[in-house]
Amino acid sequence: MPSLKDLKNKIASVKNTRKITKAMQMVSAAKLRRAQDAAVAARPFAERMTAVMTALAAGVGTGEGAPKLLAGNGKDQVHLLVVMTSERGLCGGFNSSIVKLARVRANELVAQGKTVKFLTVGKKGREQLRRDWGQAFIGHVDMSEVKRLGYANAQGVAREAMAAFEHGEADVVTIFYNRFQSVIAQIPTMKQVIPAKFEADATTALYDYEPSEEAILADLLPRSIATQIFTALLENGASEQGARMSAMDNATRNAGDMITKYTTIYNRSRQAAITKELIEIISGAEAL
Amino acid sequence: MASTVQFDLVSPERRLASFAATEVQIPGFLGDMTAMTGHASTITGLRPGVLRVIGTEGAKSYIVTGGFAEISATGVSVLAELAVPVEELTQAKLDVLIADACEAAAVNPDKDAADKAVADLMALKATALV
Repeated sequence: MPSLKDLKNKIASVKNTRKITKAMQMVSAAKLRRAQDAAVAARPFAERMTAVMTALAAGVGTGEGAPKLLAGNGKDQVHLLVVMTSERGLCGGFNSSIVKLARVRANELVAQGKTVKFLTVGKKGREQLRRDWGQAFIGHVDMSEVKRLGYANAQGVAREAMAAFEHGEADVVTIFYNRFQSVIAQIPTMKQVIPAKFEADATTALYDYEPSEEAILADLLPRSIATQIFTALLENGASEQGARMSAMDNATRNAGDMITKYTTIYNRSRQAAITKELIEIISGAEAL
Repeated sequence: MASTVQFDLVSPERRLASFAATEVQIPGFLGDMTAMTGHASTITGLRPGVLRVIGTEGAKSYIVTGGFAEISATGVSVLAELAVPVEELTQAKLDVLIADACEAAAVNPDKDAADKAVADLMALKATALV
């Protein structure tokens, strides 16, 4: 049985923890709103880009002479998995769920006799993957210094992925991230970015192209890949804050429960001690 | 009142402008072009340059690099990788742009196009800030 002083200390310490988790939850809520705004603001560009790329890709097709980023290099032996996770922890299952999806995919590919390589974005995923896949790492993008996610950050990631593709180090590039659905639901998602895939849309309008369809397609493909990565990073950012918010909400609630439990124990022991003292006094008096 | 087209300027991070314009001067890949109402549907690549929009409430200019413009009979949307209103442009910002373009030109397999982008930016620097 812990002493009254121990219990008191314990309660004080859990109360402090609760203050911290509560503060973290509120910080995440503010950051989540900002992240969501950024994701919404980036939507028009991504949507238009996809629409035009779809029209262009349908027009040019994937036959001979099509850009490699669209048609691929004719192989699918080496797969590069770009795993995007967060730089900080304390966000529930956010990182584990992305890593789990990437692991499943990697094992699948290895079972099919393919080669798997990893490019990690964010420290947490790298740490989790290091033990099993450490030898397959080909690079890492550090986001710890990034305060506000910009398009330039996405371009950095895209450049690394495209460089690997161009140098023949990878034939297919897939990104892994968490799609933001709501504060309590983030969906681990994988998406192939190279060779680029666009859903064919029959209702595209007819356009004149300047200089030519092929030239614009070749010019826009790298940008479109960067845009897709940017969208994924923004979704990931919002998901991370959402996950952290609900994780910290749970932690705050658990701390509250713990405090109630310990306070009850504390009060009981205090009363027991008082009762014991009274009994001692009374039995002492009776003995006289 | 002259008839107008719906003008949108979008960068990857946000929508920068959206209003009705009477004419839009676009620094197209093959040369400058002006889009007005009833223009044939066109998609053109952008070269680094000045995008000038004459709207119902006066003219506005932006420096744009990389991307494309989608022109239809009733609207013009410009999707630029980078767009800065001319008023906010400073010498330092342009220097950063030029440095970036030089860096990109060094690794770009299409040397002519990359060098042209650098030259366009240099020309911009010479004209935009006088």
